[in-house]
Amino acid sequence: MTDVVMRAEDVHKRFGRLEVLKGVSLDVSQRETVCIIGPSGSGKTTFIRCINHLEKVDGGRITVNGQLIGYRQKGDKLVEDSEKSIARQRTQIGMVFQRFNLFPHKTALENVIEAPIRVLGQSKEQATEEGVRLLTRVGLGDKTDTYPGKLSGGQQQRVAIARSLAMKPALILFDEPTSALDPEVTGEVLAVMEELAHEGMTMIVVTHEMGFAREAADRVVMMDEGVIIEEGTPEHFFVAPEQERTKQFLSKIL
Amino acid sequence: MLASVDWHVVWVRIAHPDHVFFLALTRTVYVAVIAQVIGVVLGVAAALMRMSKAAPLRLISGIYVWIFRGTPLLVQIFFVYYGANQLLGFTLIPNSLNVGLFSLDGAIVGGILALGINEGAYMREIVRAGIDSIDKGQMEAAKSLGMRYGLAMRRIVLPQAARVIIPPLGNEFNNMLKNTSLLFTIGVYEMFADAEIGYSNSFQPVEYFLGVAFWYLVLTTVWTFIQAGIERKLAASERGEELSFFERLQAVWNPVSAWRSAR
Repeated sequence: MTDVVMRAEDVHKRFGRLEVLKGVSLDVSQRETVCIIGPSGSGKTTFIRCINHLEKVDGGRITVNGQLIGYRQKGDKLVEDSEKSIARQRTQIGMVFQRFNLFPHKTALENVIEAPIRVLGQSKEQATEEGVRLLTRVGLGDKTDTYPGKLSGGQQQRVAIARSLAMKPALILFDEPTSALDPEVTGEVLAVMEELAHEGMTMIVVTHEMGFAREAADRVVMMDEGVIIEEGTPEHFFVAPEQERTKQFLSKIL
Repeated sequence: MLASVDWHVVWVRIAHPDHVFFLALTRTVYVAVIAQVIGVVLGVAAALMRMSKAAPLRLISGIYVWIFRGTPLLVQIFFVYYGANQLLGFTLIPNSLNVGLFSLDGAIVGGILALGINEGAYMREIVRAGIDSIDKGQMEAAKSLGMRYGLAMRRIVLPQAARVIIPPLGNEFNNMLKNTSLLFTIGVYEMFADAEIGYSNSFQPVEYFLGVAFWYLVLTTVWTFIQAGIERKLAASERGEELSFFERLQAVWNPVSAWRSAR
């Protein structure tokens, strides 16, 4: 398939003696939204952090748009890539964090335009125009000059999504984007994400929000103890999950 | 006892110091400022080296702090001024240095260097604590946007760390203003040298040393107000709001309680 955006092949990752990923393989195609579910400690967050090389994989390989992430081939061995080319690869992989990680010393707009100006070399005018457009799109057109400290969690996470979009990434990774939010504001963040999914953004979303998975996901992946144990459409998971472990997990969160 | 003090001389030293004294005061100020700038630059460099992945850089940073915090400042001043040229085999400390219209005596150059290098060792820990206080997620967010380490440090982490670094940095500069008096021992004509020479000519210790103490107090007090202004600006840009001048002043006198009350 030519439209594979992200391909993970037999990815292994260990922290000291603890093996967190024990051979994860997953393809994500263009315009696809994949939700990764699973109990805490199952390795789902570690896995998506490997995709933009915030964590180094110890075995296997990950490619984004055909490019090997974090490593380059040297003879028959893989060596870690230079900081410069890793940084360049990350420009096409957006990431939205559980705890937002907005830059508190910059306004909402400054958060959004920082990387387009400093990394992509856009002019301030161009980046600002696009930044305002993106903030408007996530419903925060009136908050451009507000500092993150003055925004609610839901608003901060929407700024973070706009910041990510400003880089025009091929893929956005969401690491439990609503887990740190009050229940009453998760809806506004999920609505923005659903809209993105329907517009065809390629997304990998670690989440426990089965409602979101039902509305927006093309595919759901269940991870447990460092491996993918089941995958299928959202309907598959709601109607007839096969694995006993999946049934148990879903009965707890639904 | 008090009767033996010539209060008129005290008054003159405080209220009507002569031209020479003001030159000495100016020298105290610029020596302290330049040495502090050197200290901050060295401190940031040493802190980044300390956090580097490269073991040799960490080692160099460690040895630097070990030596310069472990030996007396006065010994370092003498060592740098009298010993550096001999040790290095070339002229690090010139007899005089001409920068544009200014001409600096070699003792001043040596003194500034010694104070700055010493200060860098103390600044390293302050800078490191400042950087450490910034959530790791900030660096990760910057990296995930394609920023390289240096850019992320400069644009994202250090500006935030500055807010943490500024209060202890202010205290360091307060010390620096006073430590410049040690340079009298290598022949720098700064405020204390002026007082010491006045004393040895008149044998009026109370008059001269009280006078110079007053002026040190003026410098450190003025600095307190300047620092309050700087912190106020920083806090405003950080949170997008203005803190009152007195809240900031309170923060300078007592950072811990101000921090608590701001939460």
